[in-house]
Amino acid sequence: MDRVPIIKVGKYLLATIQTDVQDHVAVALQEDLAARIIAARARLVLLDISALQIVDSFIGRMIADISGIARLLDAEVIVVGMQPAVAITLVELGLTLSGVRTALNVERALAMAGIRDQA
Amino acid sequence: MTSNPSVTPIPLVRAGYEGILAMWIAVQKRSATARPDLISDADLARQCSEVLSMLLEGLASGSMDVSSPGWEGMRATLRGISLSRGRLGFGPSETALFILSLKEPLFGSLQELDPSSRIDAILELNHVIDRLGLLTSEVYQQGREEVSMRQQQEMLELSTPVVKLWDGMLALPLIGTLDSERTQVVMESLLQAIVETGSTIAIIDITGVPTVDTKVAQHLIQTVSAARLMGADCLISGIRPQIAQTIIHLGITLPDVVTKATLADAFVAALDRLGQRVVSTGATSTGR
Amino acid sequence: MGVPERLTVALRTQDDVVVLRQRVREQAVALCFSLLDQTKIVTAASELGRNAVAYAGGGEAMIEPSLNSGRVGLALTVTDHGPGIPNVEDAMRPGFTTGGGLGLGLSGTRRLVHEFDLRSEVGRGTIVRILRWK
Repeated sequence: MDRVPIIKVGKYLLATIQTDVQDHVAVALQEDLAARIIAARARLVLLDISALQIVDSFIGRMIADISGIARLLDAEVIVVGMQPAVAITLVELGLTLSGVRTALNVERALAMAGIRDQA
Repeated sequence: MTSNPSVTPIPLVRAGYEGILAMWIAVQKRSATARPDLISDADLARQCSEVLSMLLEGLASGSMDVSSPGWEGMRATLRGISLSRGRLGFGPSETALFILSLKEPLFGSLQELDPSSRIDAILELNHVIDRLGLLTSEVYQQGREEVSMRQQQEMLELSTPVVKLWDGMLALPLIGTLDSERTQVVMESLLQAIVETGSTIAIIDITGVPTVDTKVAQHLIQTVSAARLMGADCLISGIRPQIAQTIIHLGITLPDVVTKATLADAFVAALDRLGQRVVSTGATSTGR
Repeated sequence: MGVPERLTVALRTQDDVVVLRQRVREQAVALCFSLLDQTKIVTAASELGRNAVAYAGGGEAMIEPSLNSGRVGLALTVTDHGPGIPNVEDAMRPGFTTGGGLGLGLSGTRRLVHEFDLRSEVGRGTIVRILRWK
């Protein structure tokens, strides 16, 4: 896959990253998300990484950058579903992504953002 | 001055097999270290007769070196007996005495030899039995180490008591000394439980932990950071005064880690995070 | 799944780094590594593989199981013929970077493994060997 799919759900954007992501796909996601935030006037972006099996320093930096870029565009990124093994490894690697908001799952993320799922 | 194997006491031992065996069993039963509570008469008799047969086999190999191939059967037999006795709860000296007590009946069977051959034979057999005694002790020790390693492993598995305190709230009450390995195991199971239960807040209570070293403190901090990456918050409660001092003296800072004095305080704080509160209903329970 | 054996992965492009991650994962699974141990060694492999592709114009990775006195581990050796690292001590410091990254690559990688051995010669290239026990 060359691009991470981004879908618009109500007022927020949902981007779901697959098990392994190549560097250029991650870089493309950064550009795509910035464009979509503006186009959709989205205030919230959920970055679902629950399927992602590893996050190394490059992908970690990409996640931090996406969060920072979104903030400049007046949107908030919530990173959703990081796996325990990935989280432990990332911390040991020295990355704590301190400015990035996180949530256990999409439901929690929406609750955090004050959005209730319109059924 | 090496003694010719052909004049070794093998024929005498073989001829006196039944007598030696009976006497050996009797010696052990009347000794102060007899443990009829741990081993049945039948098992004792079986072990004695196995060892005696293997002794004959070893002697028949012509070598008095118990590490030589001819003694393989004996070594295997003793290994089995030693390990099983370790498991049954025999002490180390009791296990060594089992083989050493063979000396008395064995030497007794050599009466028919002339005095100088008898001394030679006794010296040689004495040496052999001593070596077998040492071997028994070594195997016994190994067995104990295996048992203790297994117990340690079981303790590790037992000591991961992640409990659900409330919907969305977990607690990990840690008790006992934390080493690096145990901390890591416990922390992994906490993070796993966070995912499985969808809990957004976890309390790590270290009231029952006497000391914390740099490594363990680091693991704690890493766990808090990892939980945060997953979308859950951790509170640490029950830090003892000495541990607080240690942490500061070690130069460890706990940035972004929320600490509470007691588990009760942490529980209230955690409820607050979940947007809930414990209120008094005004009713007092009246005991009958 | 058979007994893992030594295998090599050529590192020229980003796609090869993905292949490296997959191979290391497969070998770690074959050696019955826990999920956490798999994640750590795969992440370390990813760091080294990316370094070779991004800063040294490519290289080669060798993955081999290590069975030593009852312990089971997975070793990875990444070799490149790039510019080399002038000051290895500097490069190992957290925060050091030449590629605009976060500078966690080498120092972070070292924390993910049990053995870390880096040899570099300016103008000749770099060899990094890492090992993680089960």
